[in-house]
Amino acid sequence: MKTPNELKYSKTHEWVRFISETEAEVGLTDYAQDALGDLVFVNLPEIDTTAAKEETICDVESVKAVSDVYAPLSGTVYEVNEELLDAPELINTDPYGAWLFRLNEISDADDLMDADAYAAFCETEAH
Amino acid sequence: MKTLFERSVSGRHCTILPVCDVPECTPETRREKPLRLPELSETDISRHYTELAKQTFGVNDGFYPLGSCTMKYNPKVNEDAAAMEGFTEVHPTQKAAQGSLRLLKSAEQYLCEITGMDEMTFQPAAGAHGELTGLMLIKRYHEYNGHTERNKIIVPDSAHGTNPASSSMCGFTVINIPSSQDGCVDLDELRKAVGEDTAGLMLTNPNTLGIFDKNIKEITDIVHAAGGLCYYDGANLNAVMGIVRPGDMGFDCIHLNLHKSFSTPHGGGGPGSGPVGCKAFLSDYLPGERIVETDGKLAWCDRGEKSVGAVRGFHGNFLVVVKAFAYLLTLGRQGIPEVAKNAVLNANYLKHLLEKHYEVAKPGICMHEFVLTLENLKKETGVSAMDVAKALQDYGIHPPTMYFPLNVHEALMVEPTETESKETLDNAAEAFLDIYRTIKENPESLHDTPHKSPISRPDEVNAARHPKLRYHFDD
Repeated sequence: MKTPNELKYSKTHEWVRFISETEAEVGLTDYAQDALGDLVFVNLPEIDTTAAKEETICDVESVKAVSDVYAPLSGTVYEVNEELLDAPELINTDPYGAWLFRLNEISDADDLMDADAYAAFCETEAH
Repeated sequence: MKTLFERSVSGRHCTILPVCDVPECTPETRREKPLRLPELSETDISRHYTELAKQTFGVNDGFYPLGSCTMKYNPKVNEDAAAMEGFTEVHPTQKAAQGSLRLLKSAEQYLCEITGMDEMTFQPAAGAHGELTGLMLIKRYHEYNGHTERNKIIVPDSAHGTNPASSSMCGFTVINIPSSQDGCVDLDELRKAVGEDTAGLMLTNPNTLGIFDKNIKEITDIVHAAGGLCYYDGANLNAVMGIVRPGDMGFDCIHLNLHKSFSTPHGGGGPGSGPVGCKAFLSDYLPGERIVETDGKLAWCDRGEKSVGAVRGFHGNFLVVVKAFAYLLTLGRQGIPEVAKNAVLNANYLKHLLEKHYEVAKPGICMHEFVLTLENLKKETGVSAMDVAKALQDYGIHPPTMYFPLNVHEALMVEPTETESKETLDNAAEAFLDIYRTIKENPESLHDTPHKSPISRPDEVNAARHPKLRYHFDD
C-alpha cells in the first residue's frame, strides 16, 4: 500500500495535496481504492459547493457498494476532475493522481495525518 | 443464448392475433419509420422464454438461503386464491366489491394484530416504498406538531441500505450510529445522537446479524424521550411473528414485506407488497383511503387533510394481498408463531453444523439468520466469501447474501427459513463442508467457480462501466 510522504491523510481515507496556502486537492487513498474494489461510477460535487470537514461531499460506486466521500477539510469546491466521469478506473490504477475535486478558502486542516501516521492507522483498521 | 432480435426472421409472425379493431389514424407525432420489433412465430417465442426460465434459479429449484430476504416456499394454494375470478375481474373503483373490501379489511386486522399496530395501508408496492411511506408519516407528524426542526433520522450501521436511502429520499439527514461489541444498538451512542432535531429512529429487530436486540424497550424509550418516533423495518419479522410484536417493543410505525414473511413471490416472481402500519395517533397521516364499515357494509372513506396523499394508484398490489391472506388463513393463530419458531430453529441448526469449520460473526444463539465471516479464511487461503458463494451454485444452492451487513468483513449471511427440511439443511451443510475441504486442499480451484451454471462469473466491472442497454442492429 502506497502512502506518499508529501500528502496528508484523513481517517476516512481521503488524501489532501496542498496546492497553495489557500488551495488543496482531494482524492481517495490507495487503501480506500483497494477496499472499495473496482470503481464504476464517480459522483463529483458541484462547483461552489461548500465542503464542511468530515461531512459527505460526494460519492463513489464500486461493484460492491456506493460509498460516501467525506471532506477531509473545509473549503469551497472550485474545480472537479471531470476525467473521472468517463474513467473512474483511474482511481484504482493511479489513486494519488486521480484527484476528485479542488478546494479554495481551505480551513480545518490541522489534524490531518502524515504518511507514517496514516499507514499506522490503516494497520489498525485492517484488524 | 440468442436474444429475440437475433432469432427474428423478416416476415415471420404469429397467426393467432385477431384483426385489429382500433381505427387507424395518422397523428402528426406518428413515427417516421416503423418500430423494428422482432418477428417471430409463437413456437420461437415460447422456446425463447422456456430457455430463459431454464437459466434462472428460484425457490422451486432448490435451497435459497439469501439472508434478510426470507426466500421461503410460496404455497401454490395462494395462487389458487389469487386466480379466483371475483378477485381478478374486480375493478378498483367498483364500490360494491364487498368481498374484496372484506379481504383487505380482514388482512389489515390480522396483520395489525400480529404487529401490534392500529391501522394499516396496503398502498406501498414494496419494502423500500413502505419505508418511504412510513418516514412520510413521521415527517408529516412533526410538521403538524410544529416541529420542522426535527429533520434527522438515526440509523444503526447494521441497517439495510434502504433505510438511509429512504430517509434521504424523504428529505431527512441520516445519522449513522455504530453498533456495540455484541452487535446490538450502542445505547451510549444512541443517547449521544438523539436531541431536539431527532425525527426518529429506523431499526430492524432482529437485526441483520440475526440478533434480537435485548435493549429494545430502552432504545425506543430513549428515542421517545427525545421527542422522536420509532420506525420498525419489518424485513426480519419472520423471526418473531406471533411471538413478540413491534407495537409492544415501542415502535410507532412499521412496514411489512408480504413477499418475505407472508409467502408471496419475491424477486422476479413479484410484484411485492410493503404495507405500512401505525399506531392510532399516526393513522390520519396514512396514504390512500381507509375502509370503513357501516351497518355491515364496507366502503372506502377519505382520510382527510392530514394524509400524506396517495403513494400509489388505487389500493396497492391487491392480488399480492390476496395471496398473503390465503397464507394467513392457512396457518392461523397456531401456525404463525410456529413459522417463527421453525425459522429460528432451522437457522440455529444450520449454524451449529457450519460453525465447526466456518467462523460465525457473532457466536451464540441466533434468530432466523446468521452471518459467517470469512475474513481470516481469506487471509490464510485467499478464498473469499464471493468464491464460496459462487461454489455453492455448483451444489444447486443459491448463494447466501454476500458482503452484508457492512460491519462484518467477507460476510456470508444465511437465512434458511422455516420451509426447509432437516434433509435440505444437512445437504447444504455437507456442501459447505465439502467446499471447506476444497479450500484446504486446492484453494485455487475455487476462484473460477461455478462450473455447472449457464454462465460462470460475469464481468461485473465491465458491465457497470460499459453497460449494453439496448440491441444494436447491424445496419
